[in-house]
Amino acid sequence: MHAFEYHRPSNVRQAAALLQKNEDAKIVAGGHTLLPTMKQRLAAPSALVDLGALSELRGIEKKGRAVVIGAMATHSDVATSDVVAEAIPGLAKLAELIGDPAVRHRGTIGGSIANNDPAADYPAACLGLGATIITNKRKIPAEEFFTGMFDTALEEGEIITKVSFPIPAKAAYAKFRNPASRYALAGVFVSKRGSDIRVAVTGAGSDGVFRWGEAEEALAKRFAPKSLDGMSPPAKGMNTDIHADAEYRAHLVGVMARRAVAAATGR
Amino acid sequence: MASVTMTVNGKSVTADVDPRTLLAQFVREHLRLTGTHVGCDTSQCGACVVHVDGKAVKACTMLAVQADGCEVLTIEGLADGAELHPMQAAFREHHGLQCGYCTPGMIMTAVDMVNRLGSDLDEATIRHELEGNICRCTGYHNIVRAVETGAKAMTGASARQAAE
Repeated sequence: MHAFEYHRPSNVRQAAALLQKNEDAKIVAGGHTLLPTMKQRLAAPSALVDLGALSELRGIEKKGRAVVIGAMATHSDVATSDVVAEAIPGLAKLAELIGDPAVRHRGTIGGSIANNDPAADYPAACLGLGATIITNKRKIPAEEFFTGMFDTALEEGEIITKVSFPIPAKAAYAKFRNPASRYALAGVFVSKRGSDIRVAVTGAGSDGVFRWGEAEEALAKRFAPKSLDGMSPPAKGMNTDIHADAEYRAHLVGVMARRAVAAATGR
Repeated sequence: MASVTMTVNGKSVTADVDPRTLLAQFVREHLRLTGTHVGCDTSQCGACVVHVDGKAVKACTMLAVQADGCEVLTIEGLADGAELHPMQAAFREHHGLQCGYCTPGMIMTAVDMVNRLGSDLDEATIRHELEGNICRCTGYHNIVRAVETGAKAMTGASARQAAE
């Protein structure tokens, strides 16, 4: 790991000022992607701005018809939150499937979303529930937030403070985990809120999280696993790596989508 | 350099460290608490698990400066003098180890497991909860037994403590 300056601001405004002052600074939340990347010297920020002291970013609350989760809430906070379990159990389940218990004690929702790893779970929940990502500057709909692999709409010095998830009538996540890393080889988040049907896919697409339109249309007719019988997205556009090729991933997406709908509808 | 102050195994420590010092490095090299092991250094194997503010974390994937102001518990802080912690005693009794390299992390994870889920743990739960701890010798069988026994003994111990 290369040397860096360390800052631990006590509020969001201070954090933003520090980011502005230090050009190559990076935000560290839980650090479970950034620190390993720095160890490999794939990242060498001049300074780290640690959001660890910002307890105001850790809350989880129900606000009207949405669940609002602070960016510094850990995966374990989300997985064990009564508010989340009652309003969007599929989201609690998703958090519980990330990494292992010790990783879940440190990794955060804000960090996962800002990083937009193509195999991360939270991007699927954001897109699959139509979440709004709230920063110190503005509110960004999930559709506009995730702009490609490891790429987001965040501007320099912009800090995610909260994520607001509208409460769906039905929702669930199904994931085929890489048994070593526990990242998604294919993960599908489905939801139904009135006529808004969403199927968001992570882990599989070569350009990160995406909505599977064909499946959404099929589910709009009838929200049941049977509606997706025999369906899978085209292999073109799927990722190929040592763990799985594009065709296998495309197949997995179909299977995970059916499982997610089955879980969401209690079948 | 950055100044850090934390409580480690009940004792307050203050030190000046290079900000890139990992918590695992800090406890091993600065405090000489070498029970915390570094196996993979990539947050997979769990040999470095310690508790920070009562929660199991991988000390190879946390900076010492991030633990500023925190309570840290390492494997050295578990035993009560010469008397082993019930989870340590269970690992010895069931021979939940072979080379012993992963053992400190296994035990810290197991204690965290009981703290979160209680002492009535079935085998499936224990195996699932141990997924962030890798042992390359024993095949986990005795480790799982040790955790099961240690969990029950921990309630017994705290009940005795409460009675005293």
